[in-house]
Amino acid sequence: METEALLHVDKISKAFGGVNAVSEVSFTLKRGEVLGVIGPNGSGKTTLVNLITGFVRPDRGRVYFKGKEITGMPPHKIANLGLTRTFQVMRPYHSLPAFKNLIIPLNAPRVRKTRGGKLGDVDAVAIDILEEIGFERDARVPYKPAGSLPLGYLKRLELGRCIALRPEVIICDEILSGLSMSEITGLLPLLERLQMDGISLVMIEHRLRELFRLADRVIVLSFGQKIADGTPEEVMENQEVKKAYLGREKKR
Amino acid sequence: MKAESRRKKRLDRSIKVRTEGLYALSSWAEILYLVLPRAVLIFGLLLIPLFLDMYWRRVICAAGIYALLALGFDFLAEFVGLVCLGGAFFIGAGGYISGLLNAYAGWPPFVCIPIATLSGAVISTLILVPALRLRGIYFAIASFMFPLFAVYIIIALSAFGGTEGISALDTLPNQWSEIYLILGVVLISLFGLRRLVNEDMGLILRGIKDNDQAVRASGISITAYKIKAVFIASLMGCFGGAYLSHLYGWLGISLFGMDFSILPIAATVMGGMGTLAGGVLGALILTPLSEALRGFGQLRVVLYCFILLLFIVYKPEGFLSYFQRKYHQFEVWEEV
Repeated sequence: METEALLHVDKISKAFGGVNAVSEVSFTLKRGEVLGVIGPNGSGKTTLVNLITGFVRPDRGRVYFKGKEITGMPPHKIANLGLTRTFQVMRPYHSLPAFKNLIIPLNAPRVRKTRGGKLGDVDAVAIDILEEIGFERDARVPYKPAGSLPLGYLKRLELGRCIALRPEVIICDEILSGLSMSEITGLLPLLERLQMDGISLVMIEHRLRELFRLADRVIVLSFGQKIADGTPEEVMENQEVKKAYLGREKKR
Repeated sequence: MKAESRRKKRLDRSIKVRTEGLYALSSWAEILYLVLPRAVLIFGLLLIPLFLDMYWRRVICAAGIYALLALGFDFLAEFVGLVCLGGAFFIGAGGYISGLLNAYAGWPPFVCIPIATLSGAVISTLILVPALRLRGIYFAIASFMFPLFAVYIIIALSAFGGTEGISALDTLPNQWSEIYLILGVVLISLFGLRRLVNEDMGLILRGIKDNDQAVRASGISITAYKIKAVFIASLMGCFGGAYLSHLYGWLGISLFGMDFSILPIAATVMGGMGTLAGGVLGALILTPLSEALRGFGQLRVVLYCFILLLFIVYKPEGFLSYFQRKYHQFEVWEEV
Protein backbone atom coordinates (compact mmCIF):
# COMPACT_ATOMS: atom_id res chain seq x y z
CA MET A 1 0.00 0.00 0.00
CA GLU A 2 1.13 3.54 -0.69
CA THR A 3 2.53 5.36 2.32
CA GLU A 4 0.32 8.42 1.95
CA ALA A 5 -2.88 6.38 1.85
CA LEU A 6 -4.71 7.34 5.03
CA LEU A 7 -7.90 5.45 4.41
CA HIS A 8 -8.11 2.53 2.06
CA VAL A 9 -11.34 0.73 1.26
CA ASP A 10 -10.92 -2.57 -0.51
CA LYS A 11 -13.82 -4.14 -2.41
CA ILE A 12 -16.35 -3.54 0.29
CA SER A 13 -19.86 -5.04 -0.12
CA LYS A 14 -23.10 -5.06 1.81
CA ALA A 15 -26.48 -6.47 0.87
CA PHE A 16 -29.71 -5.81 2.70
CA GLY A 17 -32.04 -8.72 2.07
CA GLY A 18 -30.94 -9.35 -1.51
CA VAL A 19 -30.50 -5.70 -2.44
CA ASN A 20 -26.87 -4.90 -3.02
CA ALA A 21 -26.58 -1.58 -1.22
CA VAL A 22 -22.83 -1.41 -1.80
CA SER A 23 -20.98 -3.84 -3.99
CA GLU A 24 -17.25 -4.13 -4.42
CA VAL A 25 -16.48 -0.47 -3.83
CA SER A 26 -12.80 0.40 -3.46
CA PHE A 27 -11.14 3.76 -3.02
CA THR A 28 -8.20 5.40 -1.33
CA LEU A 29 -8.06 8.66 0.57
CA LYS A 30 -4.69 10.38 0.74
CA ARG A 31 -3.62 12.57 3.63
CA GLY A 32 -4.87 16.13 3.29
CA GLU A 33 -7.19 15.27 0.44
CA VAL A 34 -10.85 16.16 0.03
CA LEU A 35 -12.68 13.29 -1.58
CA GLY A 36 -16.21 13.78 -2.84
CA VAL A 37 -18.67 10.91 -3.01
CA ILE A 38 -21.67 11.56 -5.21
CA GLY A 39 -24.46 9.49 -6.68
CA PRO A 40 -28.21 9.51 -7.20
CA ASN A 41 -30.57 8.80 -4.30
CA GLY A 42 -30.31 5.25 -3.03
CA SER A 43 -26.93 4.64 -4.60
CA GLY A 44 -25.43 3.49 -1.29
CA LYS A 45 -23.54 6.57 -0.17
CA THR A 46 -24.69 6.58 3.44
CA THR A 47 -24.34 2.81 3.65
CA LEU A 48 -20.74 3.25 2.53
CA VAL A 49 -20.16 5.68 5.41
CA ASN A 50 -21.77 3.25 7.85
CA LEU A 51 -19.56 0.44 6.57
CA ILE A 52 -16.35 2.45 6.92
CA THR A 53 -17.12 3.84 10.38
CA GLY A 54 -18.23 0.53 11.85
CA PHE A 55 -21.94 1.21 12.24
CA VAL A 56 -22.75 -1.56 9.77
CA ARG A 57 -20.62 -4.67 9.34
CA PRO A 58 -19.65 -5.34 5.72
CA ASP A 59 -20.46 -8.72 4.11
CA ARG A 60 -17.18 -8.72 2.23
CA GLY A 61 -14.21 -6.45 1.77
CA ARG A 62 -11.82 -4.67 4.08
CA VAL A 63 -11.19 -1.19 5.40
CA TYR A 64 -7.71 0.02 6.35
CA PHE A 65 -7.00 3.19 8.29
CA LYS A 66 -3.38 4.31 8.55
CA GLY A 67 -2.34 0.90 7.30
CA LYS A 68 -4.23 -0.93 10.04
CA GLU A 69 -7.28 -3.01 9.31
CA ILE A 70 -10.40 -1.63 10.98
CA THR A 71 -13.04 -3.83 9.33
CA GLY A 72 -15.68 -4.86 11.85
CA MET A 73 -14.31 -2.72 14.68
CA PRO A 74 -16.97 -1.00 16.82
CA PRO A 75 -17.64 2.66 15.92
CA HIS A 76 -16.22 4.13 19.11
CA LYS A 77 -12.87 2.39 18.58
CA ILE A 78 -12.70 3.63 15.01
CA ALA A 79 -13.51 7.15 16.19
CA ASN A 80 -10.73 6.91 18.74
CA LEU A 81 -8.27 6.10 15.98
CA GLY A 82 -9.10 9.45 14.42
CA LEU A 83 -11.70 8.52 11.82
CA THR A 84 -14.99 10.17 12.59
CA ARG A 85 -18.20 11.11 10.84
CA THR A 86 -21.18 13.42 10.84
CA PHE A 87 -24.75 12.23 10.49
CA GLN A 88 -27.12 13.09 7.71
CA VAL A 89 -30.05 13.56 10.08
CA MET A 90 -29.09 16.09 12.71
CA ARG A 91 -30.02 14.77 16.11
CA PRO A 92 -28.15 16.82 18.69
CA TYR A 93 -28.44 16.01 22.37
CA HIS A 94 -31.41 18.31 22.34
CA SER A 95 -31.92 18.68 26.07
CA LEU A 96 -28.35 19.85 26.65
CA PRO A 97 -27.03 23.37 25.99
CA ALA A 98 -25.10 23.49 22.71
CA PHE A 99 -21.64 23.59 24.28
CA LYS A 100 -22.43 20.64 26.56
CA ASN A 101 -22.85 18.58 23.39
CA LEU A 102 -19.10 18.80 22.93
CA ILE A 103 -18.37 17.57 26.45
CA ILE A 104 -19.24 14.09 25.23
CA PRO A 105 -16.51 13.75 22.56
CA LEU A 106 -14.12 15.64 24.85
CA ASN A 107 -14.42 12.70 27.23
CA ALA A 108 -13.34 10.18 24.61
CA PRO A 109 -10.16 8.22 25.41
CA ARG A 110 -8.49 9.75 22.33
CA VAL A 111 -8.90 13.28 23.68
CA ARG A 112 -7.83 12.29 27.17
CA LYS A 113 -4.69 10.75 25.72
CA THR A 114 -3.72 13.74 23.58
CA ARG A 115 -4.33 16.07 26.49
CA GLY A 116 -2.24 13.99 28.83
CA GLY A 117 -5.14 12.61 30.79
CA LYS A 118 -6.03 16.04 32.15
CA LEU A 119 -8.93 17.87 30.67
CA GLY A 120 -8.84 20.99 32.79
CA ASP A 121 -11.82 23.21 32.24
CA VAL A 122 -13.76 21.16 29.70
CA ASP A 123 -16.53 23.73 29.39
CA ALA A 124 -14.00 26.35 28.30
CA VAL A 125 -12.48 23.99 25.73
CA ALA A 126 -15.97 23.27 24.37
CA ILE A 127 -16.78 26.99 24.09
CA ASP A 128 -13.44 27.58 22.34
CA ILE A 129 -14.23 24.94 19.74
CA LEU A 130 -17.69 26.40 19.15
CA GLU A 131 -16.18 29.84 18.64
CA GLU A 132 -13.70 28.40 16.17
CA ILE A 133 -16.50 26.97 14.08
CA GLY A 134 -18.67 30.05 13.83
CA PHE A 135 -20.63 30.34 17.04
CA GLU A 136 -18.78 33.54 17.88
CA ARG A 137 -21.26 35.85 16.21
CA ASP A 138 -23.72 35.54 19.06
CA ALA A 139 -22.24 34.82 22.45
CA ARG A 140 -25.51 33.43 23.80
CA VAL A 141 -25.92 30.68 21.24
CA PRO A 142 -23.56 28.14 22.88
CA TYR A 143 -25.72 28.26 26.02
CA LYS A 144 -29.03 27.67 24.28
CA PRO A 145 -30.52 24.16 24.29
CA ALA A 146 -29.19 22.39 21.22
CA GLY A 147 -32.73 21.36 20.26
CA SER A 148 -33.66 25.00 19.68
CA LEU A 149 -30.84 25.85 17.24
CA PRO A 150 -31.46 26.44 13.54
CA LEU A 151 -30.17 23.90 11.04
CA GLY A 152 -27.08 25.90 10.12
CA TYR A 153 -25.87 25.85 13.71
CA LEU A 154 -26.77 22.19 14.07
CA LYS A 155 -24.55 21.31 11.12
CA ARG A 156 -21.72 23.29 12.69
CA LEU A 157 -22.36 21.61 16.01
CA GLU A 158 -22.19 18.25 14.26
CA LEU A 159 -18.83 19.23 12.76
CA GLY A 160 -17.75 20.56 16.15
CA ARG A 161 -18.52 17.19 17.69
CA CYS A 162 -16.07 15.67 15.20
CA ILE A 163 -13.43 18.39 15.57
CA ALA A 164 -13.44 17.96 19.35
CA LEU A 165 -11.95 14.51 18.78
CA ARG A 166 -9.03 16.04 16.84
CA PRO A 167 -9.54 13.52 14.07
CA GLU A 168 -7.44 12.84 11.02
CA VAL A 169 -10.40 12.08 8.79
CA ILE A 170 -13.93 13.44 8.94
CA ILE A 171 -16.58 11.84 6.79
CA CYS A 172 -19.30 14.43 6.20
CA ASP A 173 -22.64 12.88 5.31
CA GLU A 174 -24.51 15.57 3.38
CA ILE A 175 -23.33 18.40 5.57
CA LEU A 176 -24.48 21.00 3.04
CA SER A 177 -27.90 19.63 2.19
CA GLY A 178 -30.93 21.45 3.53
CA LEU A 179 -29.00 24.66 4.08
CA SER A 180 -29.76 28.03 2.55
CA MET A 181 -27.26 29.57 0.14
CA SER A 182 -26.00 32.00 2.79
CA GLU A 183 -25.56 29.21 5.31
CA ILE A 184 -23.58 27.24 2.75
CA THR A 185 -21.29 30.16 1.96
CA GLY A 186 -20.72 30.42 5.70
CA LEU A 187 -19.89 26.74 6.07
CA LEU A 188 -17.56 26.31 3.07
CA PRO A 189 -14.66 28.37 4.52
CA LEU A 190 -14.85 26.25 7.65
CA LEU A 191 -14.45 23.08 5.60
CA GLU A 192 -11.54 24.67 3.74
CA ARG A 193 -9.91 25.57 7.01
CA LEU A 194 -10.26 22.02 8.27
CA GLN A 195 -8.46 20.87 5.16
CA MET A 196 -5.68 23.40 5.77
CA ASP A 197 -5.37 22.13 9.33
CA GLY A 198 -4.45 18.79 7.79
CA ILE A 199 -7.75 17.02 8.26
CA SER A 200 -8.72 14.86 5.30
CA LEU A 201 -12.36 15.00 4.34
CA VAL A 202 -14.70 12.57 2.66
CA MET A 203 -17.78 14.49 1.57
CA ILE A 204 -21.00 12.78 0.65
CA GLU A 205 -22.93 15.44 -1.21
CA HIS A 206 -25.84 16.24 -3.47
CA ARG A 207 -24.71 19.83 -3.93
CA LEU A 208 -22.37 19.26 -6.83
CA ARG A 209 -21.39 22.86 -7.53
CA GLU A 210 -20.15 23.48 -3.99
CA LEU A 211 -18.59 20.05 -3.73
CA PHE A 212 -16.63 20.44 -6.95
CA ARG A 213 -15.15 23.66 -5.58
CA LEU A 214 -13.77 21.84 -2.57
CA ALA A 215 -13.01 18.33 -3.75
CA ASP A 216 -9.65 17.21 -5.09
CA ARG A 217 -11.14 14.00 -6.35
CA VAL A 218 -14.64 12.61 -6.74
CA ILE A 219 -16.00 9.08 -6.87
CA VAL A 220 -19.45 8.33 -8.21
CA LEU A 221 -21.75 5.60 -6.95
CA SER A 222 -24.73 4.21 -8.80
CA PHE A 223 -26.77 1.25 -7.56
CA GLY A 224 -24.06 0.49 -5.03
CA GLN A 225 -21.24 0.34 -7.57
CA LYS A 226 -18.44 2.75 -8.20
CA ILE A 227 -18.83 3.97 -11.76
CA ALA A 228 -16.26 6.75 -11.85
CA ASP A 229 -13.23 8.05 -9.98
CA GLY A 230 -11.27 11.15 -10.91
CA THR A 231 -10.97 14.91 -10.68
CA PRO A 232 -14.25 16.84 -10.69
CA GLU A 233 -13.69 17.78 -14.34
CA GLU A 234 -13.05 14.22 -15.43
CA VAL A 235 -16.09 12.95 -13.58
CA MET A 236 -18.37 15.57 -15.09
CA GLU A 237 -17.33 14.52 -18.58
CA ASN A 238 -17.83 10.82 -17.84
CA GLN A 239 -20.60 9.33 -19.98
CA GLU A 240 -21.65 6.77 -17.40
CA VAL A 241 -22.05 9.45 -14.76
CA LYS A 242 -24.24 11.48 -17.07
CA LYS A 243 -26.36 8.42 -17.70
CA ALA A 244 -26.70 7.65 -14.02
CA TYR A 245 -27.76 11.18 -13.23
CA LEU A 246 -30.03 11.68 -16.19
CA GLY A 247 -31.56 8.22 -15.71
CA ARG A 248 -31.15 6.97 -19.27
CA GLU A 249 -29.70 3.77 -18.02
CA LYS A 250 -31.76 0.69 -18.87
CA LYS A 251 -34.00 -0.51 -16.07
CA ARG A 252 -32.66 -3.61 -14.40
CA MET B 1 -67.26 38.31 29.42
CA LYS B 2 -65.32 38.80 32.59
CA ALA B 3 -63.21 35.65 32.24
CA GLU B 4 -61.95 36.59 28.82
CA SER B 5 -60.89 40.11 29.67
CA ARG B 6 -57.91 38.94 31.64
CA ARG B 7 -55.46 36.09 31.48
CA LYS B 8 -52.86 34.46 33.66
CA LYS B 9 -49.28 35.48 33.11
CA ARG B 10 -46.38 33.49 34.51
CA LEU B 11 -43.29 35.31 35.69
CA ASP B 12 -40.01 33.78 36.75
CA ARG B 13 -39.06 34.49 40.30
CA SER B 14 -35.68 36.32 40.38
CA ILE B 15 -34.06 34.50 37.47
CA LYS B 16 -30.49 35.43 38.44
CA VAL B 17 -30.36 33.08 41.38
CA ARG B 18 -31.48 30.23 39.17
CA THR B 19 -28.78 30.25 36.52
CA GLU B 20 -27.11 26.90 36.38
CA GLY B 21 -24.01 26.41 38.49
CA LEU B 22 -23.37 30.07 39.18
CA TYR B 23 -25.30 31.74 41.95
CA ALA B 24 -25.37 35.49 42.27
CA LEU B 25 -26.64 35.61 45.81
CA SER B 26 -27.27 39.05 47.14
CA SER B 27 -29.34 38.47 50.23
CA TRP B 28 -30.29 35.96 52.88
CA ALA B 29 -33.71 35.82 51.29
CA GLU B 30 -32.20 34.48 48.08
CA ILE B 31 -30.05 31.95 49.90
CA LEU B 32 -33.11 30.81 51.80
CA TYR B 33 -35.06 30.65 48.54
CA LEU B 34 -32.51 28.18 47.15
CA VAL B 35 -31.85 26.19 50.28
CA LEU B 36 -35.38 25.95 51.64
CA PRO B 37 -36.74 23.13 49.45
CA ARG B 38 -33.67 20.97 50.09
CA ALA B 39 -33.70 21.76 53.79
CA VAL B 40 -37.37 20.89 54.10
CA LEU B 41 -36.75 17.55 52.39
CA ILE B 42 -33.67 16.65 54.43
CA PHE B 43 -34.93 17.76 57.83
CA GLY B 44 -38.43 16.54 57.07
CA LEU B 45 -37.10 13.06 56.33
CA LEU B 46 -34.84 13.03 59.37
CA LEU B 47 -37.48 14.35 61.79
CA ILE B 48 -40.52 12.35 60.66
CA PRO B 49 -39.54 9.13 62.53
CA LEU B 50 -39.53 11.02 65.84
CA PHE B 51 -43.26 11.57 65.58
CA LEU B 52 -44.27 8.07 64.55
CA ASP B 53 -44.97 4.91 66.50
CA MET B 54 -43.10 1.67 65.92
CA TYR B 55 -45.43 0.36 63.25
CA TRP B 56 -45.32 3.44 61.08
CA ARG B 57 -41.58 3.75 61.46
CA ARG B 58 -41.40 0.31 59.87
CA VAL B 59 -43.57 1.62 57.06
CA ILE B 60 -41.16 4.50 56.50
CA CYS B 61 -38.31 1.96 56.33
CA ALA B 62 -40.17 0.11 53.58
CA ALA B 63 -40.87 3.42 51.85
CA GLY B 64 -37.13 4.10 51.88
CA ILE B 65 -36.54 0.86 49.98
CA TYR B 66 -39.12 1.82 47.38
CA ALA B 67 -37.55 5.28 47.21
CA LEU B 68 -34.17 3.72 46.34
CA LEU B 69 -35.81 1.66 43.61
CA ALA B 70 -37.65 4.72 42.31
CA LEU B 71 -34.35 6.64 42.19
CA GLY B 72 -32.76 3.83 40.21
CA PHE B 73 -35.71 3.60 37.85
CA ASP B 74 -35.84 7.35 37.25
CA PHE B 75 -32.07 7.55 36.74
CA LEU B 76 -32.02 4.72 34.20
CA ALA B 77 -35.19 5.76 32.37
CA GLU B 78 -34.73 9.52 32.18
CA PHE B 79 -30.97 9.90 32.10
CA VAL B 80 -29.80 6.78 30.27
CA GLY B 81 -32.88 5.81 28.27
CA LEU B 82 -33.14 2.33 29.79
CA VAL B 83 -36.65 1.63 31.05
CA CYS B 84 -35.91 -1.01 33.64
CA LEU B 85 -38.91 -2.93 34.94
CA GLY B 86 -36.72 -5.35 36.85
CA GLY B 87 -36.47 -3.53 40.18
CA ALA B 88 -37.59 -6.73 41.93
CA PHE B 89 -34.49 -8.49 40.67
CA PHE B 90 -32.25 -6.03 42.48
CA ILE B 91 -34.22 -6.50 45.70
CA GLY B 92 -34.18 -10.27 45.33
CA ALA B 93 -30.47 -10.48 44.53
CA GLY B 94 -29.47 -8.22 47.41
CA GLY B 95 -31.93 -9.81 49.82
CA TYR B 96 -31.01 -13.42 49.08
CA ILE B 97 -27.25 -12.83 49.18
CA SER B 98 -27.38 -10.94 52.44
CA GLY B 99 -29.89 -13.32 54.03
CA LEU B 100 -28.02 -16.45 52.97
CA LEU B 101 -24.70 -15.10 54.21
CA ASN B 102 -26.38 -14.38 57.51
CA ALA B 103 -28.19 -17.72 57.75
CA TYR B 104 -25.40 -20.03 56.59
CA ALA B 105 -22.20 -18.19 57.40
CA GLY B 106 -23.59 -16.46 60.46
CA TRP B 107 -22.13 -13.09 59.56
CA PRO B 108 -23.79 -10.09 61.19
CA PRO B 109 -26.04 -7.81 59.09
CA PHE B 110 -23.59 -4.91 58.97
CA VAL B 111 -21.13 -7.23 57.19
CA CYS B 112 -23.72 -9.00 55.02
CA ILE B 113 -25.43 -5.85 53.78
CA PRO B 114 -22.36 -4.20 52.16
CA ILE B 115 -21.21 -7.51 50.67
CA ALA B 116 -24.69 -8.23 49.32
CA THR B 117 -25.00 -4.70 47.95
CA LEU B 118 -21.78 -5.01 45.98
CA SER B 119 -22.03 -8.62 44.84
CA GLY B 120 -25.76 -8.31 44.13
CA ALA B 121 -25.08 -5.29 41.95
CA VAL B 122 -22.33 -7.13 40.10
CA ILE B 123 -24.63 -10.11 39.46
CA SER B 124 -27.59 -7.93 38.42
CA THR B 125 -25.40 -5.92 36.08
CA LEU B 126 -23.85 -9.04 34.51
CA ILE B 127 -27.32 -10.50 33.94
CA LEU B 128 -28.54 -7.30 32.32
CA VAL B 129 -25.48 -6.87 30.09
CA PRO B 130 -26.81 -9.00 27.20
CA ALA B 131 -30.04 -6.97 27.27
CA LEU B 132 -28.22 -3.62 27.10
CA ARG B 133 -28.12 -3.78 23.32
CA LEU B 134 -31.90 -3.57 23.32
CA ARG B 135 -33.65 -0.26 23.28
CA GLY B 136 -36.95 1.09 24.51
CA ILE B 137 -39.69 -1.42 25.08
CA TYR B 138 -37.46 -4.40 24.30
CA PHE B 139 -35.15 -3.64 27.18
CA ALA B 140 -38.17 -3.09 29.41
CA ILE B 141 -39.58 -6.52 28.55
CA ALA B 142 -36.24 -8.27 28.97
CA SER B 143 -35.63 -6.66 32.35
CA PHE B 144 -39.16 -7.55 33.47
CA MET B 145 -38.43 -11.24 32.84
CA PHE B 146 -35.47 -11.59 35.19
CA PRO B 147 -37.35 -11.50 38.54
CA LEU B 148 -39.86 -14.09 37.26
CA PHE B 149 -36.99 -16.19 36.01
CA ALA B 150 -35.31 -16.09 39.43
CA VAL B 151 -38.54 -17.00 41.25
CA TYR B 152 -39.16 -20.08 39.13
CA ILE B 153 -35.56 -21.24 39.46
CA ILE B 154 -35.85 -21.01 43.24
CA ILE B 155 -39.19 -22.85 43.24
CA ALA B 156 -38.09 -25.50 40.77
CA LEU B 157 -34.83 -26.31 42.55
CA SER B 158 -36.26 -25.79 46.04
CA ALA B 159 -33.05 -23.85 46.55
CA PHE B 160 -32.47 -21.33 49.36
CA GLY B 161 -35.52 -22.38 51.34
CA GLY B 162 -37.71 -22.80 48.24
CA THR B 163 -41.21 -21.38 48.54
CA GLU B 164 -40.98 -21.22 52.33
CA GLY B 165 -37.97 -18.94 52.38
CA ILE B 166 -35.65 -18.70 55.38
CA SER B 167 -36.76 -17.02 58.55
CA ALA B 168 -35.13 -15.91 61.81
CA LEU B 169 -32.39 -13.90 60.15
CA ASP B 170 -30.57 -11.41 62.34
CA THR B 171 -32.13 -7.99 62.38
CA LEU B 172 -30.46 -4.65 62.85
CA PRO B 173 -29.66 -3.71 66.46
CA ASN B 174 -32.56 -1.34 67.05
CA GLN B 175 -35.27 0.61 65.30
CA TRP B 176 -33.37 3.87 65.26
CA SER B 177 -30.42 2.36 63.43
CA GLU B 178 -32.89 0.69 61.08
CA ILE B 179 -34.70 3.84 60.09
CA TYR B 180 -31.76 6.22 59.96
CA LEU B 181 -29.66 3.79 57.95
CA ILE B 182 -32.21 3.68 55.14
CA LEU B 183 -33.05 7.39 55.29
CA GLY B 184 -29.34 8.25 55.20
CA VAL B 185 -28.76 6.02 52.19
CA VAL B 186 -31.80 7.50 50.40
CA LEU B 187 -30.56 11.05 50.96
CA ILE B 188 -26.99 10.23 49.93
CA SER B 189 -28.22 8.43 46.80
CA LEU B 190 -30.59 11.25 45.90
CA PHE B 191 -28.04 14.04 46.18
CA GLY B 192 -25.27 11.87 44.74
CA LEU B 193 -27.34 11.10 41.66
CA ARG B 194 -28.41 14.70 41.23
CA ARG B 195 -24.76 15.64 41.19
CA LEU B 196 -23.78 12.77 38.91
CA VAL B 197 -26.27 13.62 36.16
CA ASN B 198 -24.66 17.03 35.75
CA GLU B 199 -21.09 15.74 35.77
CA ASP B 200 -19.38 14.70 32.55
CA MET B 201 -20.46 11.12 33.07
CA GLY B 202 -24.07 12.21 33.47
CA LEU B 203 -23.84 14.27 30.30
CA ILE B 204 -22.57 11.25 28.39
CA LEU B 205 -25.42 9.14 29.75
CA ARG B 206 -27.96 11.78 28.75
CA GLY B 207 -26.28 11.91 25.36
CA ILE B 208 -26.81 8.16 25.02
CA LYS B 209 -30.49 8.68 25.73
CA ASP B 210 -30.82 11.47 23.16
CA ASN B 211 -28.70 9.97 20.39
CA ASP B 212 -26.62 6.89 21.06
CA GLN B 213 -25.22 6.74 17.51
CA ALA B 214 -23.64 10.18 17.88
CA VAL B 215 -22.08 9.12 21.18
CA ARG B 216 -20.53 6.10 19.47
CA ALA B 217 -19.26 8.31 16.65
CA SER B 218 -17.74 10.53 19.36
CA GLY B 219 -15.43 7.72 20.39
CA ILE B 220 -17.27 6.65 23.51
CA SER B 221 -18.32 3.08 24.19
CA ILE B 222 -22.02 3.26 25.01
CA THR B 223 -22.02 -0.26 26.42
CA ALA B 224 -19.36 0.64 28.98
CA TYR B 225 -21.35 3.65 30.13
CA LYS B 226 -24.64 1.77 30.20
CA ILE B 227 -22.98 -0.91 32.34
CA LYS B 228 -21.77 1.75 34.77
CA ALA B 229 -25.25 3.26 34.95
CA VAL B 230 -26.95 -0.08 35.52
CA PHE B 231 -24.38 -0.86 38.20
CA ILE B 232 -25.19 2.37 40.03
CA ALA B 233 -28.93 1.68 39.88
CA SER B 234 -28.51 -1.92 40.99
CA LEU B 235 -26.27 -0.86 43.89
CA MET B 236 -29.20 1.10 45.28
CA GLY B 237 -31.69 -1.69 44.59
CA CYS B 238 -29.48 -4.40 46.07
CA PHE B 239 -28.84 -2.34 49.15
CA GLY B 240 -32.60 -2.04 49.52
CA GLY B 241 -33.00 -5.80 49.19
CA ALA B 242 -30.22 -6.65 51.62
CA TYR B 243 -31.63 -4.18 54.11
CA LEU B 244 -35.13 -5.57 53.63
CA SER B 245 -34.15 -9.13 54.49
CA HIS B 246 -32.70 -7.91 57.80
CA LEU B 247 -35.59 -5.54 58.41
CA TYR B 248 -38.08 -8.41 58.45
CA GLY B 249 -35.54 -11.09 59.43
CA TRP B 250 -36.84 -13.18 56.60
CA LEU B 251 -36.14 -13.95 52.96
CA GLY B 252 -38.37 -15.61 50.41
CA ILE B 253 -39.56 -15.49 46.86
CA SER B 254 -41.74 -12.46 47.54
CA LEU B 255 -38.49 -10.46 47.44
CA PHE B 256 -38.75 -10.95 43.68
CA GLY B 257 -42.39 -9.82 43.82
CA MET B 258 -44.01 -7.54 41.29
CA ASP B 259 -44.56 -4.84 43.94
CA PHE B 260 -40.88 -3.97 43.81
CA SER B 261 -41.02 -3.49 40.06
CA ILE B 262 -44.29 -1.60 39.86
CA LEU B 263 -44.60 0.61 42.92
CA PRO B 264 -41.34 2.49 42.27
CA ILE B 265 -42.55 3.27 38.76
CA ALA B 266 -45.87 4.53 40.08
CA ALA B 267 -43.99 6.62 42.62
CA THR B 268 -41.69 8.09 39.95
CA VAL B 269 -44.51 8.94 37.57
CA MET B 270 -46.48 10.46 40.41
CA GLY B 271 -43.55 12.55 41.61
CA GLY B 272 -42.30 13.49 38.18
CA MET B 273 -40.02 11.66 35.77
CA GLY B 274 -36.55 13.11 35.59
CA THR B 275 -36.73 14.98 38.88
CA LEU B 276 -35.13 12.17 40.96
CA ALA B 277 -36.53 13.69 44.17
CA GLY B 278 -40.04 13.15 42.81
CA GLY B 279 -39.71 9.40 42.99
CA VAL B 280 -38.49 9.59 46.59
CA LEU B 281 -41.46 11.72 47.62
CA GLY B 282 -43.80 9.52 45.61
CA ALA B 283 -42.55 6.44 47.44
CA LEU B 284 -42.96 8.20 50.79
CA ILE B 285 -46.60 8.87 49.92
CA LEU B 286 -47.55 5.66 48.14
CA THR B 287 -46.04 3.19 50.60
CA PRO B 288 -47.90 4.48 53.67
CA LEU B 289 -51.03 4.73 51.54
CA SER B 290 -50.69 1.15 50.43
CA GLU B 291 -50.05 0.16 54.06
CA ALA B 292 -53.21 1.92 55.14
CA LEU B 293 -55.08 -0.08 52.52
CA ARG B 294 -53.52 -3.39 53.56
CA GLY B 295 -56.97 -4.86 54.05
CA PHE B 296 -57.52 -4.89 50.30
CA GLY B 297 -54.73 -7.41 49.73
CA GLN B 298 -53.74 -7.86 46.10
CA LEU B 299 -56.18 -5.14 45.07
CA ARG B 300 -53.46 -2.72 46.15
CA VAL B 301 -51.65 -3.38 42.88
CA VAL B 302 -54.82 -2.23 41.15
CA LEU B 303 -54.61 0.93 43.20
CA TYR B 304 -51.02 1.65 42.12
CA CYS B 305 -51.97 1.08 38.53
CA PHE B 306 -54.93 3.38 38.94
CA ILE B 307 -52.82 6.15 40.47
CA LEU B 308 -50.26 5.63 37.71
CA LEU B 309 -53.00 5.97 35.10
CA LEU B 310 -54.48 9.08 36.69
CA PHE B 311 -51.11 10.82 36.78
CA ILE B 312 -50.15 9.77 33.25
CA VAL B 313 -53.41 11.13 31.89
CA TYR B 314 -54.00 14.22 34.00
CA LYS B 315 -50.60 15.28 35.39
CA PRO B 316 -47.92 13.64 33.24
CA GLU B 317 -45.26 16.02 34.57
CA GLY B 318 -45.78 14.72 38.14
CA PHE B 319 -46.52 16.67 41.29
CA LEU B 320 -42.93 17.66 42.03
CA SER B 321 -42.44 19.34 38.65
CA TYR B 322 -45.77 21.06 39.24
CA PHE B 323 -44.75 22.41 42.64
CA GLN B 324 -41.30 23.29 41.33
CA ARG B 325 -42.91 25.44 38.68
CA LYS B 326 -45.18 27.03 41.23
CA TYR B 327 -42.19 27.72 43.45
CA HIS B 328 -40.01 29.27 40.76
CA GLN B 329 -42.72 31.21 39.01
CA PHE B 330 -45.61 33.27 40.16
CA GLU B 331 -48.76 33.98 38.29
CA VAL B 332 -50.47 37.31 37.94
CA TRP B 333 -53.70 38.19 36.27
CA GLU B 334 -53.29 40.73 33.56
CA GLU B 335 -55.84 42.62 31.54
CA VAL B 336 -56.01 41.61 27.91
